[in-house]
Amino acid sequence: MVEWTDQERSIITSIFSSLDYDDVGPKALCRCLIVYPWTQRYFGSFGNLYNAEAIKSNPNIAAHGTKVLHGLDRAVKNMDDIKATYAELSVLHSEKLHVDPDNFKLLADCLTIVIAAKMGSAFTPEIQATFQKFLAVVVFALGRQYH
Amino acid sequence: MVEWTDQERSIITSIFSSLDYDDVGPKALCRCLIVYPWTQRYFGSFGNLYNAEAIKTNPKIAAHGTKVLHGLDRAVKNMDDIKATYAELSVLHSEKLHVDPDNFKLLADCLTIVIAAKMGSGFTPEIQATFQKFLAAVVFALGRQYH
Repeated sequence: MVEWTDQERSIITSIFSSLDYDDVGPKALCRCLIVYPWTQRYFGSFGNLYNAEAIKSNPNIAAHGTKVLHGLDRAVKNMDDIKATYAELSVLHSEKLHVDPDNFKLLADCLTIVIAAKMGSAFTPEIQATFQKFLAVVVFALGRQYH
Repeated sequence: MVEWTDQERSIITSIFSSLDYDDVGPKALCRCLIVYPWTQRYFGSFGNLYNAEAIKTNPKIAAHGTKVLHGLDRAVKNMDDIKATYAELSVLHSEKLHVDPDNFKLLADCLTIVIAAKMGSGFTPEIQATFQKFLAAVVFALGRQYH
């Protein structure tokens, strides 16, 4: 089980409590679809993804980005058992959505970049280390139920 | 050989021409040593690296960060043959410095984060895609001569 110091817990809750989910969620997902275009394959039913502009103005993508970011709330509230928290979502992504678990890391990286661009110099190395530790645990938990 | 569009070339030269090498270089290297602490093993002769504050104020680390960033200039000036440009540096990192090539990707990621924090919303998904393509070519070229 992952150990969290008080400082790490407070860094994570602080980042998430200052987030505008409707802004950061869509930005992170759009960035992922643009920078790693093969991830668009999971969104065939979402409409026009033909170019960066279309992706950035696609309301289905925006709504989904917000949804995914809210999904991270569960981990923030249950930092001591992220694995159990995401067991069901892991099964969903494996059995129903058939998402290659490597892609979780790509979305996590895009989210890190969006947060870094937003926080500027306040995104210190220590804060980055904590945030990446958190996302690494989430990514691992989401891939855990794959077989 | 990697193909570059005119737009990609101009994005890369624009990012590098607006960089303060003495600021971004040290920041990227420090971040790498703090977020991925095992990378400190290559800097045993650099003095005090005992904690984040020590790393951030270490003048040898700062000087080396600037040196590494200037090393990327060679790739910016020779985007059409990055592999040949770094052949000698690749041999150096393999034969003399014994750096695990996985670590090149980590430093590249830290540099991306520093640039994102600096450019804020100016670090669009398209610019990120181009920058990561450039760094991926550099990382590949640096690992090319390992055996």
